[in-house]
Amino acid sequence: MVKIFGEFNDKELKSREFIKLIFSPSSVPLQQRWRNNSLSADFLADYLMTLFHQDENDPKRLEKQIEIKDTISYIANELLENAMKFNDDSSPYPISIQLHLYDDRLSLCISNSIPAAKVAQFQSFINKLLSTEPQDFYIQQIETAEKDGSISSGLGLLTIIDDYGAKLGWKFENLQLLNEPNYPLYYIKNQMKWLNFWFRVRKWFVARSKNPNITIVTTMVQLAI
Amino acid sequence: MKIIDKEYSVIYDQATNTVYWSGIMRLNGGQAYEPILQLLNKIAALEPAKITMNLRDLKALNSSGISMLGRFIFSIDRKKNIQLLLLGAKAVPWQQKWAKNFQRLMPALQFEWV
Repeated sequence: MVKIFGEFNDKELKSREFIKLIFSPSSVPLQQRWRNNSLSADFLADYLMTLFHQDENDPKRLEKQIEIKDTISYIANELLENAMKFNDDSSPYPISIQLHLYDDRLSLCISNSIPAAKVAQFQSFINKLLSTEPQDFYIQQIETAEKDGSISSGLGLLTIIDDYGAKLGWKFENLQLLNEPNYPLYYIKNQMKWLNFWFRVRKWFVARSKNPNITIVTTMVQLAI
Repeated sequence: MKIIDKEYSVIYDQATNTVYWSGIMRLNGGQAYEPILQLLNKIAALEPAKITMNLRDLKALNSSGISMLGRFIFSIDRKKNIQLLLLGAKAVPWQQKWAKNFQRLMPALQFEWV
C-alpha cells in the first residue's frame, strides 16, 4: 500500500544531474555519528555548486551562489537529522538521500524506515503542517516548547516550507506489500504446486513475523532556483 | 561564562553584556542545546538593561538551535525589563530568514546588520 501526502512526484526524478548517498544501517550509536549529517549536507551543497550553471554576467551571481549553497546545506542537514533520528534501526533497509538538479529547480529526496507504530503519529503531524498557516504553526511550536519544556519542536520541516519556500511531499510504502504483492494469491494462480506453495507461504509469514510492519517513508523537497 | 566546542563557541563578555556566537552549531536535538540555553538564562538572571547577541560568525544553526534561540527570545519578551539586540550578517543567509520569526516572538527585538 502506498500513501502520498503533499506534493510528491516520482517522475520528477528524471533530472539533468543527480547525486545519491546511501548510509548503511549502523550499529554505532547515533550521537557518535551525528556529525556525519552536517558533513554530508555540506558535501551535497558543495557538490551541487560545481554543476550549477550561472550567467557569468550576473552581478548578483556570487550572492545567489552563497544563498543556494546555504539553502541546500540547511535543508539536507534537517532531512538527514530527521531520517537518522526517526529511522527504525531494526530495518535492513539503508537510509538514502538524493539531490536532483533541473534547469529551473532542484529536488532533495530522502528515504528511511519507520516502525508501524509511528506511522499514524507522523501522518497526523504532516496533516497539521500542511493545513496550518506556517507562521501560526511556528509561534505555537515555540510557545509550547517554552511552556512545557518539550524537547522536540518539529520546526525543521516547517522552516523548509516557510523560510525557504520549498514544496514538500511524502510517500509511505509498506515493506511487505512492497516486496511481495499478493504473494499467496500469486502462487495459487500460477503454480498450483501445493507443497511448493505451502513452503512459500510459510516463508512469507516467517519473513513477516521477523520483520513486522516496517514502513519506508520518502520525503521530497522541491525548490525553485 | 562560555561554552567552547571543536565546531562552535558561545562566549559571554560581561563588560559589554555581549554574547559572541561562532562556528557551526548543529547539535542533536533540544536536549543537546540545554547547556547553552542555561548559559543564556543565567545571563538573563543578572538582569542587565540590555543583552547583545553577536551572531555574525555563526555560519550555520539547525532548527533545534533556532528553536532554542526562539525560546530564549520569547522568555526575554515576557520579562519586559531587558532589551535585546541581535547583530547579524547579511552574508550569512539563515540569519535574515530567521530575523522575521524572532521579531514575531519579540516585537521590541532590535537588529543591526552588516
